[in-house]
Amino acid sequence: MEFPEELRYTRDHEWIAVDGDVATVGITDHAQHELGDVVFVELPAVGEKLERAESLGVVESTKAVSDVFAPISGEVAEVNDGLPGSPELINEDPYGDGWMVKIKLAGPLDSAGLMTAAEYRAYLEESPGS
Amino acid sequence: MRRTALFELHREAGARFVEFGGWEMPVQYRGVLAEHAAVRERAGLFDVSHMGEIEVEGPGALALCQDVATNDASRIEPGHALYTPWCDERGGTIDDTILYRLAPERWMFCVNASNAATCAAWIAERARGREGVRVRDASDATGLLALQGPAAAEVAARLGAGDLAGLPRFGVAETRVAGVSCIAARTGYTGEDGFELFAPVEDSPRLWRAILEAGAPLGIEPIGLGARDTLRLEAALPLYGHELSREISPLEAGLGWAVRLDKGPFRGRDALAAQKASGPPRRLVGLRLVDPGIARADHPVTAGDEVVGVVTSGTKSPTLGHAIALALVRREAVDAALAVDVRGRRLRAERVPLPFYRRT
Repeated sequence: MEFPEELRYTRDHEWIAVDGDVATVGITDHAQHELGDVVFVELPAVGEKLERAESLGVVESTKAVSDVFAPISGEVAEVNDGLPGSPELINEDPYGDGWMVKIKLAGPLDSAGLMTAAEYRAYLEESPGS
Repeated sequence: MRRTALFELHREAGARFVEFGGWEMPVQYRGVLAEHAAVRERAGLFDVSHMGEIEVEGPGALALCQDVATNDASRIEPGHALYTPWCDERGGTIDDTILYRLAPERWMFCVNASNAATCAAWIAERARGREGVRVRDASDATGLLALQGPAAAEVAARLGAGDLAGLPRFGVAETRVAGVSCIAARTGYTGEDGFELFAPVEDSPRLWRAILEAGAPLGIEPIGLGARDTLRLEAALPLYGHELSREISPLEAGLGWAVRLDKGPFRGRDALAAQKASGPPRRLVGLRLVDPGIARADHPVTAGDEVVGVVTSGTKSPTLGHAIALALVRREAVDAALAVDVRGRRLRAERVPLPFYRRT
């Protein structure tokens, strides 16, 4: 399983990539693997204001429904329009074409709760059942 | 949790497991969508050894089968099977089963894993004091493999079990497949052609390997419970605990064809006759979501602002590409404009005929 070094990770299995004041968010390789085939994705509206830890969308596989939470506060700047038609992109390329939303940060990046790739890997190893 | 004799083979094949009816069963190998497509287009092999088998034998066997079954067992000759619910005195469903007539006085029920103990106790109780009938719970001694898909008959032919191709739908025969003595039936739970093979549990790993090997050139693969559920839902086959339960009668679930009120007395007949006379209070309907989203079991079904029913099973149909659901809806609301409440969002649904998918 792959966890790129340049990304940061959450306990709820989202990844975040920050570029200036915009953060791109998706779900991790681990999350997509656990879910199985993703068949439906619900995304927020552009312009929607998100509070950190608030649900920004839903990812559904054939069997399971999973909320995706905002790792940081901000305003939805862009959503991945390709996902509703091709939800399998989340399985195939979770860090690339399977990205979900871009969030314009409300202020300076608060990195509390965000893990490095090594920390996330260690977190997965100690969580039971993962 | 219990494991079937094939557990290690599933693990070696990379299966992921899930608890089902007290058993640790493979939920997927390669992925639900790929496995679903394999069964629709080629062939798939399921380990369903968790299901129960109850043998009923003797001159009094038919009378006992008739007592517990809502369908009419006297309608089948030896070598044939029929689908039948079992009901309690209130008309609630104890289980839904397949009844196989192996010989004039030898019958076998295949029952759901989650209800196997209940069914064994129920029929033992009904057999008490009856003459000329023996009941045996053969569940622990029996493995069950389901070979399903359009290429199933060709896989059987390659196994040297060409006689299987001659079985009619719902036909059953005692035969040998890959050197293993089996009860082979042309039944299944996928909406495709195929066979279910009951074999001695100790021989089931050998049978499993032989079928996968013979079917490899035809693209066979092992299929988990995840795809089993999407396949059966497209074919609108009921799943106990969802479309049927002690609180849901077979009449409500649209199984009136398997409730033969005219066959003579049986458990639940009076309640079912009364329900039929007054009209079942709820009906199982097929829904297709018009708005984007997926309806799941337990989501409320609404008409206007009123809750008129509940989704019993729902998924995004891999074959059709849109969200489908079975829902139990109050009789007077079945023709209303319906919606499904999916986590607070009201998604419009349209009634569609069942099954959602029928093989051509």
